[in-house]
Amino acid sequence: MGWLTDFSADELTAIRLSLWVAAWAMACSLPFGLAAAMLLARGRFWGKSLLNVAVHLPLVLPPVVTGYVLLLLFGRRGPLGQLFEHTIGLVFAFRWTGAALASAVMGFPLMVRAIRLSLDAVDRRLEDAAATLGANRAFVFLTVTLPLILPGILAGMILSFARSLGEFGATITFVSNIPGETQTLPTAIYVFTQVPGGDLGALRLTLVAVAISVVALFASEAVARRAARGAAQGGAA
Amino acid sequence: MTLSVAIDHRLGNFHLAAEFTAESGLTALFGRSGAGKTSVINAIAGLIRPDRGRVAIDGDVLTDTAQHRFVPPHRRRIGYVFQEGRLFPHMTVRKNLLYGARFATGPKNPGELDQIVELLGIGDLLARRPENLSGGEKQRVAIGRALLARPRVLVMDEPLASLDEGRKGEILPYIERLRDEMRIPIVYVSHSIPEVARLATTLVVLSEGRVAAIGSPAEIMGRLDLFPLTGRVEAGAILNTRVTGLDARFGLSLLRAAAGELRVPRLDIPLGTALRVRIRARDVMIALAPPDGLSALNVLPGIVAEIGHADGPIVEIRLDCAGEPLIARLTRRSVETLALTPGRQVYAVIKSIAFDHHAFAGTNPVAGADADAE
Repeated sequence: MGWLTDFSADELTAIRLSLWVAAWAMACSLPFGLAAAMLLARGRFWGKSLLNVAVHLPLVLPPVVTGYVLLLLFGRRGPLGQLFEHTIGLVFAFRWTGAALASAVMGFPLMVRAIRLSLDAVDRRLEDAAATLGANRAFVFLTVTLPLILPGILAGMILSFARSLGEFGATITFVSNIPGETQTLPTAIYVFTQVPGGDLGALRLTLVAVAISVVALFASEAVARRAARGAAQGGAA
Repeated sequence: MTLSVAIDHRLGNFHLAAEFTAESGLTALFGRSGAGKTSVINAIAGLIRPDRGRVAIDGDVLTDTAQHRFVPPHRRRIGYVFQEGRLFPHMTVRKNLLYGARFATGPKNPGELDQIVELLGIGDLLARRPENLSGGEKQRVAIGRALLARPRVLVMDEPLASLDEGRKGEILPYIERLRDEMRIPIVYVSHSIPEVARLATTLVVLSEGRVAAIGSPAEIMGRLDLFPLTGRVEAGAILNTRVTGLDARFGLSLLRAAAGELRVPRLDIPLGTALRVRIRARDVMIALAPPDGLSALNVLPGIVAEIGHADGPIVEIRLDCAGEPLIARLTRRSVETLALTPGRQVYAVIKSIAFDHHAFAGTNPVAGADADAE
């Protein structure tokens, strides 16, 4: 069974990088995901349906297209790429940061959907009740709304993380497949399948991917169960 | 402290135009579903912004559409007890209670939580979560939560409507204590005659968005013209009585009203206690002479003061019993057979067992005790 755990240095790097990229993608998209979900669930403004379409676009576009758009916008010569490079020195092109950006964008609709659903389920009359007790809107959000949508936020984070681990098309289009920099699990597996004698490596990484996914699914199931229980209690109140 | 309300608000086809003031004590907004009661208190609390109107506590203007003034709910200090409690499901009872306390103004009073907890009898619930409370417990916690924010006015939206009879009886005494011990105006929405007869210091009758009448419960309940609004089944006059004796052998309590003496099933209330008794019009019979050989124990002499408008076969008549109104519901046929006309001397007959637990309104606030403390 030695072949099963006998990871090469490149394979270990790909696993580590995948987790690293997915974690950053999840963490950095969280505030934006929360804001977008709030706007879509609660906002009343012109262009709301436009925002809705924009958020969901990565879900329906071919990932290669998303990757290419990212390349045009965030590449070395892209307007946003130049902006980030010149203002805060952040470069996306052919870096792990670009892989994280691609993953974040691809996972974004899933995260927003999960949070928005839990926001829709919040009994807004509880927020009114908090206001009559003297709490301003920010305090109501922090002490009532946020705790009640926590299961949705956690579910959204898990979905985003899992989506990041599986990201392939947008990543390889945007930041290519550079070992140690942008080569994540899926791209590494793809490379193994393309070279003679790469089967074992591909199998090892596949098992790792399966293991991570199973853990993520169990976690999201547990969160969903907690959320369902919380909703039932809220409904009975 | 005086709350003054004058609002004009349209919701689709519904037009609400209500004006009244509420002093310390309990002002009940009474009316059928859809009469606009909840909209009125939502406008008081700032949860809706009326099209036109003014809401003020003494000189402090909370809403004045003419001046474009609208104080947001969280700065109004108006406690709100909702029909469904609306406790925060993710907090313990203690955290629910203390939620608004951090915003309360005025001197710190570390014993306040204990006082309110004692007043409402919720000491054993503090560590629990709302999902583990009964309906009655939830409502008491909701009342405590509102009080601990130190409101200037307390509004309550049918706080007993979702409870069964037993749970209602469990909470009513606490609301009476609030009325008598907290020196703030309470605006209490209800469509239940027994509740408002028992609790209200002042009754505001709302009908289709308008104030149909304002007065003491005894005044309002003694008016025949309001019977269609107060609802015929439960409607009836209110007598102010005092517990004067006990007939231990037969288990009856004696109550003295201006109209005469009443014998009712035994009440465990100290002698001398003031008691409001609601006598439903449907429980009153009329005799032309003092009846003889009759099982009913209560006979009150009176003069026919008014005969109401007939509604089909039924008609209400108002008696003047030594200055107190008593209302009887009779058939039109009986009124004609007995030749009842205003000014006629008659005897009202009430069975003792007609006084069930709905009839008693508990201890009245002592006259003058609800005068403004400020």
